[in-house]
Amino acid sequence: MGNRSSTRPPSRSEIMAVGHVVPEPSRCVQCGICSFNCPISIDVRRHAWLGQHVEASECLTCGECVRRCPRGVLRFELTELFMEQGK
Amino acid sequence: MRRYVIVGLGVAGVAAISELRARDKSAEIIMVGDEKHGFYSRPGLAYHLTGELPEKQLMIFSKKDWQSLNIRFANAHVTSLDPHRHQLVLGAEDRLTYDRLLLSTGSTAAPINVLGSNLPQVVKLDNLEDTRRILALTRRVKTAVVVGGGILSLELVEGLHSNGVSVHYFLRGGRYWPNILDEIESHMVEHNLEKMGIHLHFHTEIAEIMGQRGSVNAVRTTTGEILPCGMVCVGVGVRSRMELAKEASLAVDKGILVNDHLLTSNADIFAAGDVAQVVDPVSGKSYIDTLWIPAREKGVTAAINMDGGNQKYNRTIATNVLRLAGIMTTIIGAVGSGVDEDLVSVARGSSETWLQLPNSIALESNLDVNHMRLMIGERTLLGAIVMGDQKLSIPLQELIAGETDISSIRDQLQPGAALGQILMDFWANGKGQGIKQ
Repeated sequence: MGNRSSTRPPSRSEIMAVGHVVPEPSRCVQCGICSFNCPISIDVRRHAWLGQHVEASECLTCGECVRRCPRGVLRFELTELFMEQGK
Repeated sequence: MRRYVIVGLGVAGVAAISELRARDKSAEIIMVGDEKHGFYSRPGLAYHLTGELPEKQLMIFSKKDWQSLNIRFANAHVTSLDPHRHQLVLGAEDRLTYDRLLLSTGSTAAPINVLGSNLPQVVKLDNLEDTRRILALTRRVKTAVVVGGGILSLELVEGLHSNGVSVHYFLRGGRYWPNILDEIESHMVEHNLEKMGIHLHFHTEIAEIMGQRGSVNAVRTTTGEILPCGMVCVGVGVRSRMELAKEASLAVDKGILVNDHLLTSNADIFAAGDVAQVVDPVSGKSYIDTLWIPAREKGVTAAINMDGGNQKYNRTIATNVLRLAGIMTTIIGAVGSGVDEDLVSVARGSSETWLQLPNSIALESNLDVNHMRLMIGERTLLGAIVMGDQKLSIPLQELIAGETDISSIRDQLQPGAALGQILMDFWANGKGQGIKQ
């Protein structure tokens, strides 16, 4: 299990500043709605297929992929590097 | 150089070739299948039908991805298998030999056997070609009848509705998906369907599909009612595509029987995906999953063993995330039992393990989440259904799959308790003995 120090989901401003999108591959059926709705054409589905976080520097963290995913595969997580610095 | 042949272009086959290539750069890998559109997201068809996704988005791999896998591809129907000669026949007479073979031929929609079921406007939702056909029909058909149960029939109902077709949904019994959902959950789905304007017909069966000049124009029910319609959509379950295995005298039952290494009764033939019926070596019981993620996992495991590895298929708890009449729903582990009259075989996107209801207490909560049902065992959670708010679905998936000892909170899990908060705190703090950190 990952970091579960708090059950409070990160706020929008925190995500915009220091967050990224994390897929849960055990729920993903590669439908591609995430990639289709990304305004800057990041292939989010590919990240889910490979089990990788969306750490692309160009990601706007706009949340379109998270909101549109019909299977709850994607979520926001704070980037650990910044969490350490912010302590 | 060893030659691997994979029959079937679905996710199990693709997972297998990816694993084989990663393990053996020089092996000859040949993929054979008759799906004319190649590898795409089959679960994504439902979203294509509703108009949320264009067809080209269903394709998962790019040309570059295929090139990097460095495989040979044969778009052909495999007509026979000769295990003694290690040989397949493709089409009329092309022969293809193998050293190790993987059968990942998937499943196909079960038909309904009533008068008129061979009319061209009687459709199923098995593949991309079916989706194209349904979408073409929705441009001229005003009214459709859907029969069946489980997820597939709802995908048809919602897809037709999204395209402006008036939908009549026939259910043989008194409620939707009775072997998985309880009465409250069925009612939630039915209520939403009615709000969408879907016409639900309980205790209703088709006796005859009536046609005029070769086209569907009505159905007659077993009670004699005649309902005019232009198409009939069938989602009564799926059956394994195991003809090849059967003719080659491999051991089969509802699917191709495989051991926990996904090996069939022949030492050089493996099976994975929907078609593989895995026999548990301890209990002797066997099961079929028609789920995307287990199919992918089976493909990887089979590939490891085809390459000479010794990998047991570690079955994960069957989980599926669905949208039932607009309600996000996660089904995890054992939640139901009994028979669904609307299905003649296992439903697509389903698992037989959801039906193995063990000794447990069912506890429902409609307070702090939209709807949640927990199946509570002696010391662990055995299954759950979460409908609506999905905050708890991943924590529950982890607690159930990890067989986490919940003894420390079991007494708190009582009717009327704030179940959501108790479980979320338990999961977040990782208090339970045996929780993997």
